[in-house]
Amino acid sequence: MFDRLSFPQPWLSLILFTTWQILSDGVSGGSVVLGLILAWLIPQMTHGFWPERPAFVKTWRMPAYILRVLKDIVAASFSVAWLILSPRKPRPAFINYPLKLEHPLAISILASTISLTPGTVSADVSDDKKTLLIHALDATSDQEVIDTIHNRYEKPLMEMFQ
Amino acid sequence: MSPFAEYAISALLIFGGAFTLVGAIGLARLPDFYTRLHGPTKATTVGVGAIMLSSVIYFSAMGEDIGISEILITVFLLMTAPVSANMLAKAAMHIGVNTLESTKGNPWEQ
Repeated sequence: MFDRLSFPQPWLSLILFTTWQILSDGVSGGSVVLGLILAWLIPQMTHGFWPERPAFVKTWRMPAYILRVLKDIVAASFSVAWLILSPRKPRPAFINYPLKLEHPLAISILASTISLTPGTVSADVSDDKKTLLIHALDATSDQEVIDTIHNRYEKPLMEMFQ
Repeated sequence: MSPFAEYAISALLIFGGAFTLVGAIGLARLPDFYTRLHGPTKATTVGVGAIMLSSVIYFSAMGEDIGISEILITVFLLMTAPVSANMLAKAAMHIGVNTLESTKGNPWEQ
């Protein structure tokens, strides 16, 4: 019974509650009540999708990582835009990326980063979570793409999660 | 509103609109399904980001709100775009969509 009334993920509940207050245009009695209901209901319903607690060890490194990704999104968007407009044909490739990260949350952050930065989309992760399939829009060599992702994104994530 | 804010808003709107247009052109021009996946998820992210930023500046300059909701919209967009791209790619591999002949490497069997 108490299990049903608890907040299994306090942080998720807090984020949901705060987000709802911001979205509902000012804090009022109604928004607090609805926010509390959502903060309780959504973690309860998605309980099964969170097999283990995310183990953030060095959270303070996150803002620097986000800034780097944002900068890369803008910079590399120009190269994709140029490629779309230029008459040259793209050189697409499927690349098997060997993962060194082990934590599921870290892998999903890396996969999202790869999808967001222009030129690459992460398509799938192997069942043993050791390989990531990446589709690159314009790749001169597989190794170059793998090295760039490893040095720019995977290394900072490895430092954060270990 | 100060002229500087007006210039900044106009520049951001043009920039964002141009990028969204390029994303749409990419959808029409790129040769196969997997390459077309790149247009909407990327160029458009920057386009919408710039338009949202101009909205933040506009409402701050008008002194109405600090515009946290626009930032939230951008964050939601950045969080959901990779997931939908990933799902599209997985679905395409599952039904075996043809790739461009010059593509190096192969998609996985699902």
